[in-house]
Amino acid sequence: MAGWFETTFPFAVNLWGMLPPLLQELIIILLQVLPLVIVVILCVAFLTYFERKVIGYMHVRIGPNRVGPKGLGQPFADVIKLLIKEIIIPANSNKFLFLIAPILALVPALATWAVIPVFPGFAIADINAGLLYVLALTSLGVYGIILAGWATNSKYALLGAMRSAAQIVAYEIAMGFALVGVLMAGGSLNLGDIVEAQSGGVTSWFWLPLFPLFLVYFISGVAETNRAPFDVAEGESEIVAGFHVEYSGAAFAMFFLGEYANIILIAALTTVMFVGGWHSAFSGPAFSFMDDTVLAFLREPGLFWLALKMSFFLYLFLWFRATFPRYRYDQIMRLGWKVFIPITIIWIAVEGVMVYAKIGPWSA
Amino acid sequence: MRPSLQQIEQRTRSIGDMLILAYFYMLAFVLLVSAIGVVTARNPVYAALFLILAFVTSAILWLLLEAEFLAMVLVLVYVGAVMVLFLFVVMMLDINVEKDRKSFTRYAPFGGLIALIMFLEIAFVVGWRSLGLPDVAMPVPHDADYSNTKELGSVLYTEHVYAFELAAFILLLAIVAAIVLTMRRRPGLKKQVISEQVSARPEDRIRIVKMEAEKD
Repeated sequence: MAGWFETTFPFAVNLWGMLPPLLQELIIILLQVLPLVIVVILCVAFLTYFERKVIGYMHVRIGPNRVGPKGLGQPFADVIKLLIKEIIIPANSNKFLFLIAPILALVPALATWAVIPVFPGFAIADINAGLLYVLALTSLGVYGIILAGWATNSKYALLGAMRSAAQIVAYEIAMGFALVGVLMAGGSLNLGDIVEAQSGGVTSWFWLPLFPLFLVYFISGVAETNRAPFDVAEGESEIVAGFHVEYSGAAFAMFFLGEYANIILIAALTTVMFVGGWHSAFSGPAFSFMDDTVLAFLREPGLFWLALKMSFFLYLFLWFRATFPRYRYDQIMRLGWKVFIPITIIWIAVEGVMVYAKIGPWSA
Repeated sequence: MRPSLQQIEQRTRSIGDMLILAYFYMLAFVLLVSAIGVVTARNPVYAALFLILAFVTSAILWLLLEAEFLAMVLVLVYVGAVMVLFLFVVMMLDINVEKDRKSFTRYAPFGGLIALIMFLEIAFVVGWRSLGLPDVAMPVPHDADYSNTKELGSVLYTEHVYAFELAAFILLLAIVAAIVLTMRRRPGLKKQVISEQVSARPEDRIRIVKMEAEKD
């Protein structure tokens, strides 16, 4: 396969063979991780640009248009601005926790990508308990926020952290229950198997039989990422900026990166669990007429479909932000505990009956 | 002489075994240090954070034992939910290190006595002879497609289904009891009924009055 490489650089091949197998494996894994992380970070950069443009047009303004063609250089200008600013550490703060909190907020958002099936048959870590891994890691993201709020030693930051912690704990339960539904439908904890189980066109994706769970999962995802309309944790009008009120420069940039990486992650997870991951929307037998036309490539599964579906959910995030007013704190709690959790529990019971009576796409 | 494929396989396996052993000792060290940190940390927030570290390291130790379900659930339940609420409470406390120090010297003898008794009890139960750890062979690793979750589920829902359901029911009872015990009805409490608010129409709240303009 890579014959030209072996003939041109025999030295490199020999050197590779001399490395111990474990080290070889480690290098291969690192070579898989690096592109994924770079792509996710680039997506974050352009998501901020996309957000400002979309919300701009929804407000009948133009949005950023000064840096580079059509303002496309704006994210990079922002990054450079944030990186060269000073990180101010408040006098009575806990310095160690203050500085480690942004890292704790970012790392789980990136580490969860390890199990996401990116294209057919590939995930960096194709593990059995993928779904559990996702749940465990997404539940760790809250520590960055809590520790930031406490270490800052400011009332606004602590209030923001408390609000955020209560909100995340409440919505995590609904999210977990929604994923129990996915697990029952997919019959596996492996994300690749869950995507496989949804093969065969739009109607066999899990959003249809699990429609209430799909809605609950996505809305809880919006709440988990502290995005509008659930952004009381950083409600500007009440507590300035919430948990990151005292952060500046690169430390703030880490929080920002973490928040947007989490948004992209939720979009990816919703796609993988409920709308067929990398499956094509035209893969059903209804579209077999496309096989011999120029549109045949649309029936192929691939990264393209994952990206397309994720983009749709990312757009929804921005659309929500431009449309809905902020929830009141007690209403957020009511929605999480008294509406979403009962809905998920009832639908899991309904799904149990469906599985038992062999109704639904998974029984075929 | 080039080593045969079998020899290479054997060697890599032993390297893997040594790596796992190294991992184990490293993690066990971190676990012990963090467990000591939980009790010695002056600041309760640090103590809670040490406890989180202890949970995470023991989860990784379970992963080494191929118990991935238990490991993930430990992180999910204890680190992701229980410790968040713990930190929540601890952060609300007014931390007074000096006072804690005084109470430490006061309670240390009593705590030490309890620790000694517990240690003796454990030693009595486990017995010195069963601590011959070097004699115990390393567990044989399962195949890559072995699913700990599936194994657990197939035992839990068949063999132990009654005990399992009973445990679930007791937990549910505890949740309901906790809510009932803390629910107080205060007189004169103002409450919002969301359905009433949502179903309110302008004509319920606003009376449109037609009035003739006053003429002077």
